[in-house]
Amino acid sequence: MSSNKKYWKSVEELNENSSIVETLKQNEFVAEIPTDEFLGDKDALEASSTTRRDFLKYVGFSTAAASLAACEGPVKKAIPYVVQPTEIIPGVANYYATTIADGFDFASVLVKTREGRPIKIENNTLAATNGSANARVNASVLGLYDSLRVQGPKKEGASMSWDDFNAETTKGLNNVKASGKSIVLLTQSYASPSTRKLVSEFTEVYGNVNHVVYDAVSEFAAVQAFQKKYNKRGLADYDFSEAMTVVSVGADFLGDWQGGGFDAGYAKNRVPDHGKMSRHIQFESNMSLSGANADKRVPVSPNQQKLVLAKLYSLVTGNNVSVKGLPANVEAAVKAAAIQLKKAGSKGVVVTGIQDVNAQTVVLELNEYLASKAFNTNVLIKTKEGNDNDVAQLVADMKAGKVGAIIMSGVNPLYTLANAADFAEGLKKTQLSIAFSMKEDETSSHTQYLAAAPHYLESWGDVEIKTGHYSLTQPTIRPLFDTKQFQEALLAWTGNTESYSDYIKSTWNAGILGGGSYSKALHDGFFVNSTVEVEEAVELDEDTSGTSLSGAAQALASSAKSKGLELSLYTKTGMGDGQQANNPWLQEFPDPISRVSWDNYLTVSKADAAELGLSNRHVATGALNGSYANVTVNGVTVKAPVLIQPGQAKGSVGLSFGYGRTAGLKEEMQTGVNAFALYHNFNTTQNVTIEPASGEHEFACVQLHNTLMGRGDIIKETTLEVFNTKDKAHWNAVPVVSLNHEETPVTSPDVDLWDEFDRTVGHHFNLSIDLNACTGCGSCVIACHAENNVPVVGKEEVRRSRDMHWLRIDRYYSSDDTFEEDNAKKEDFSGLFGEKGSLGGFGEMEHPADNPQVAFQAVMCQHCNHAPCETVCPVAATSHGRQGQNHMAYNRCVGTRYCANNCPYKVRRFNWFLYNGNDEFDYHMNDDLGRMVLNPDVVVRSRGVMEKCSMCIQMTQKTILDAKRDGRVIKDGEFQTACSAACSSGAMVFGDINDKESKVAKTLEDNRMYHLLEHVGTKPNVQYQTKVRNTTEA
Amino acid sequence: MRKVIHRKLSRNFLRLSLIVLLAFTSSLSAQEGDAAKGKSLFNANCAACHQLDKKMTGPALRHVETRLSEDEGLDRDWIHAWIRNSSGVIKSGDSYANKVYNEYGGAAMTAFPQLSDEDLNNILAYTAEEKKAAPAPAAGAAPVAAAGSSDGISNELILGALAILFILLAIGLYLVNKTLRRFAAAQNIELETETGKTPLWKAFVQNQFLMIVVAIFFLLTSAYFAFGYLMQVGVDQGYQPVQPIHFSHKVHAGDNGIDCKYCHSSARVSKTSGIPSLNVCMNCHKSVYEYNGETSAEYSKEFYDGEIQKLYKAAGWSDADQKYTGEAQPVKWVRIHNLPDFAYFNHSQHVTVAGVECQTCHGPVEEMEVVYQHAPLTMGWCINCHRDTDVNVKDNAYYEKIHAELSKKYGVENLTAAEMGGLECGKCHY
Repeated sequence: MSSNKKYWKSVEELNENSSIVETLKQNEFVAEIPTDEFLGDKDALEASSTTRRDFLKYVGFSTAAASLAACEGPVKKAIPYVVQPTEIIPGVANYYATTIADGFDFASVLVKTREGRPIKIENNTLAATNGSANARVNASVLGLYDSLRVQGPKKEGASMSWDDFNAETTKGLNNVKASGKSIVLLTQSYASPSTRKLVSEFTEVYGNVNHVVYDAVSEFAAVQAFQKKYNKRGLADYDFSEAMTVVSVGADFLGDWQGGGFDAGYAKNRVPDHGKMSRHIQFESNMSLSGANADKRVPVSPNQQKLVLAKLYSLVTGNNVSVKGLPANVEAAVKAAAIQLKKAGSKGVVVTGIQDVNAQTVVLELNEYLASKAFNTNVLIKTKEGNDNDVAQLVADMKAGKVGAIIMSGVNPLYTLANAADFAEGLKKTQLSIAFSMKEDETSSHTQYLAAAPHYLESWGDVEIKTGHYSLTQPTIRPLFDTKQFQEALLAWTGNTESYSDYIKSTWNAGILGGGSYSKALHDGFFVNSTVEVEEAVELDEDTSGTSLSGAAQALASSAKSKGLELSLYTKTGMGDGQQANNPWLQEFPDPISRVSWDNYLTVSKADAAELGLSNRHVATGALNGSYANVTVNGVTVKAPVLIQPGQAKGSVGLSFGYGRTAGLKEEMQTGVNAFALYHNFNTTQNVTIEPASGEHEFACVQLHNTLMGRGDIIKETTLEVFNTKDKAHWNAVPVVSLNHEETPVTSPDVDLWDEFDRTVGHHFNLSIDLNACTGCGSCVIACHAENNVPVVGKEEVRRSRDMHWLRIDRYYSSDDTFEEDNAKKEDFSGLFGEKGSLGGFGEMEHPADNPQVAFQAVMCQHCNHAPCETVCPVAATSHGRQGQNHMAYNRCVGTRYCANNCPYKVRRFNWFLYNGNDEFDYHMNDDLGRMVLNPDVVVRSRGVMEKCSMCIQMTQKTILDAKRDGRVIKDGEFQTACSAACSSGAMVFGDINDKESKVAKTLEDNRMYHLLEHVGTKPNVQYQTKVRNTTEA
Repeated sequence: MRKVIHRKLSRNFLRLSLIVLLAFTSSLSAQEGDAAKGKSLFNANCAACHQLDKKMTGPALRHVETRLSEDEGLDRDWIHAWIRNSSGVIKSGDSYANKVYNEYGGAAMTAFPQLSDEDLNNILAYTAEEKKAAPAPAAGAAPVAAAGSSDGISNELILGALAILFILLAIGLYLVNKTLRRFAAAQNIELETETGKTPLWKAFVQNQFLMIVVAIFFLLTSAYFAFGYLMQVGVDQGYQPVQPIHFSHKVHAGDNGIDCKYCHSSARVSKTSGIPSLNVCMNCHKSVYEYNGETSAEYSKEFYDGEIQKLYKAAGWSDADQKYTGEAQPVKWVRIHNLPDFAYFNHSQHVTVAGVECQTCHGPVEEMEVVYQHAPLTMGWCINCHRDTDVNVKDNAYYEKIHAELSKKYGVENLTAAEMGGLECGKCHY
């Protein structure tokens, strides 16, 4: 059967007489190879000293040399110190207590250093204040090894010396002083007693000095409200461990609200203890971490939030406030919340994130009225010093040419100001402009002088995080580059030859320590002076006295006017205010709510998206794509990708700060859009118009399926009522299988394929994850990154589901209003078709509800005692240890990926590429500086091998070795993994279950304990504790 | 206390012997001391800072007495006073005392109030001795080496002679054969020719069974050798690189008996044994500036002294000025024992916890002039040791419970590292 079909490559071929086709048939190459041009040039050929024969000889010799060289191992050099510092023993880690205070994050941390290199940030468990590191703080160590850091001071782009810098700037400052214009210090919130003192000394020397403190993401309304009511500057402190009823109106207090760090206290009451746990009610527009953890979440638009708060105030205090326009269901929820609060009394607390003085005042009033124990007005949060009015005034002054010199430190106004153009214009009019910065960022590349600033791990400093709670920052490494701190420059400008560390010491000895030991404070990283009640000087801002205290609620209610769509700007857990945008760990960190990495996006509710014609879709690879929208606020338009967010309040959209940076970061990290451009008047709520825009955005979303589909055995959950009243079998039943027509629990040895191995001798490690205490904050994800040298793979690879995170935090939405209804619906399916047909039913269940329940579940290798991965490995690269860990010998792995296929938990990660020293993956592992962060105790995996969570076997082995060396028994709590050590909420507990007194042995016996996919019979060594929701309406 | 008594006793004994000596040698001036005793006193008390002919922490002391009396006009009493309490002399405002004090960077000399006049005189007598001529270089080494090499040549000679003999024999046989054939031809004797018979190689090729057997044999043999070859790839047993400074472990650990962990101190607490930093070397080599031990032709005194000079250069130590110049040059040692990154080995586990001798893995380092890799460092080698070695559980509370339970379970008295879990992959690979 011959065919007469003619295949053609181009239309030209169909033309029989085409000369081109004929010519092309003869020639392999379209264009002639210019051999004549090369060989014809006789002069050049003869002038060349390399003849053809020589060339062949060279080729032959180099090939032979290369193959010979390959036969011998490389000669490795070992270079010891000339003089070894006494505190350094090669191979032994040193820990230093220090404090991060970058203006956005303030935390007392422990820094692990190896051979003098900081490699990991850990929680400072000793510290009384902010001793826990969030995801950003955990990742901050990588910022030290950023290859794009400025390596020395610069003047208009050209390098200079610090001596010249000091001489020139001092002269410049004196000129400005002589001219009578003002000198402005524009800084981040330092909250530093020593810096404050230095600035006042600087003011004394130069006279007309104006210190403006600027927080990129402002809490100024709350500061103003507090100052108005209590005549003290600061923010009220909240201790959520004292609260049994928490009502939050738009406050993401598990995120970055008012400085963050409240999650540890909150988590304490979330675990049912003697049948009691706290109840959390959240009214909010964006789906936040707090909303996801709430027992009851009510989506309300930002405008309605004000009404909710006013109504709540009216209902709780009994003061009559007329509130109009609240939907009936919201009103009912507010009523219920009010009753709950009243009942809780001093055990209740109200918080709000509305950037409005009235709203903040109402909250202070409410807490005062409740006499809330969680509410502290004596010990204040001091880390939000920013003053929006001063900043606005400064921009105006600069534009008017009134500012002679501006010195900036820790701020990046050309990126973070909504009116950055005005600032840029003003900056040109200043005689002298200096920026202290680690990067040539948006601002520092536009100033005359760029003073290279050190990373906080190379700096000295002090900070008063809360009243009387002081922390110290000490360098953990000698400065990598030729850098100087802002404070050192202040010392130089004031003619003080003292070093800043001495200056801090004398400040502390004079005023703070009150006779306490400075060395101890430095060792501990903090000092609490509880005896001295620091009374702040009262200075009322004039414009805050406009509204009276009593009328605040009414003013609040009447200020709420609906004007179409509203935009809520927020900070993402991973990125914060965007200082660390060049940090690949944080870029690849999936947002706990949306599970999207490498991006920010406009979150839109499903209803609004349908109305506006915006959509999300999955492409053939399963990756998520979304449409673009033009977001316009006050005439400023930003084109942002759209993500349809379940739980987003109708009529509201959300956009996060921290993205869209353009200067001082690698091209790969220049992701997202800049939301600061829409941050007019420092108000996170803006009226907005949204229009669909052309194009389709490619997201890197690590979770493609968002609902649990009624699989209640993955996340077991129940209500407090059921938990208290019913038997364990009712809400946490062990799955059964049929054996001889009898239902037998899967845990029974009778239904097991394998014989049980005796693990009662020695250690047997278990990790317990309490779904009630886990807030989904993600610090464990970054801690795992740092500890285990987990590579960053980049946006494209994440889109292909090749992310390497050993530990992921799955986030599930319910498709009905609650997971319980999901389960019921699934159970009720009968038949394929019809009303209760499973075919249509499952389809419905794929879609999350408009206001879904949310559950977080950290999943890492479950270290199954009967591991399915181990039995299928053809080369026995993965095997089981007696201590319960599932071992992975990378050097033995040949990359068949059978294990990953056979793993029911999908926790194994395959190295599709060589991620270190590969220009295709230009992240920290591709340069010598970035590799300094690698943990020398954990091998860096190569291409083609499988890897996964090792249960931090290097850490357990280290603990065992230390005990052996000391000849002692290991106490409970000594065994830790990176994730359990990073977990500040206590959700992760790690230990030895053969030690019957250990916490983890007790959690194993707990009624709430279950294993993931228990019916598979894998017998994991990771336990989960059933989530209990307090749905009891008071 | 016991030491003091002992010292007192010995001093009394010394005094007594001196008196006895003096009694018998009345001709000897009371001013003159015994140089031999002086030497031992000098080595015990002074040698840490002084040498006879070389400026160290303190000045060179040969002929110190005559020098002082001639140049400075200071007598023996001054010297006695200085030795017993130098700071006192300095405080008294003595000009020479202050000069010396400042010259040596304001480092006060340790006071020796316990030394008697006799002791001091003995020491001075020792310092007054004339310098001995340097001994002639050892003459015995060269002939030995020569003999050794001639031995090697003779072996080769014998082999060569044998080879020639065999060749001659072969040629002889061939010639005989040829001659006989010629005779046969001459006498018309018909020689049997093997016609019709297939040649041996052809028969061999045609025998399929034999071919298969031989092929299998060859394949197996080549597989055996290929396996053997591949198994030694990456095994650097016997690796003995030349180091930038010829540091002789034989001299240090062997001849001088310095404990391994004196220099490799981090082996006790860390995963790495640590290559000592140069300041550790300088602890001793500040005063040990020359080599005085056994020498050979290859490793002469000059050679070793040259190596010490290399150390001084690296550490930035000026031997002439007895101070650091600050121009240090870290030494780039060649690493001998290289474990791949994917294997985790911890020295402290083996050295401190298990109490394994360094030599178990590193071989007789104290006999190595140049260190080489003693063990193959293969996984099989690790595993074998873990299988054979009992866990050192003595006086270690950590092991108490687990050892009792495990030994009961396995029914053994002593547990090996393997039974303790020392063969699990994850214990070394993470």
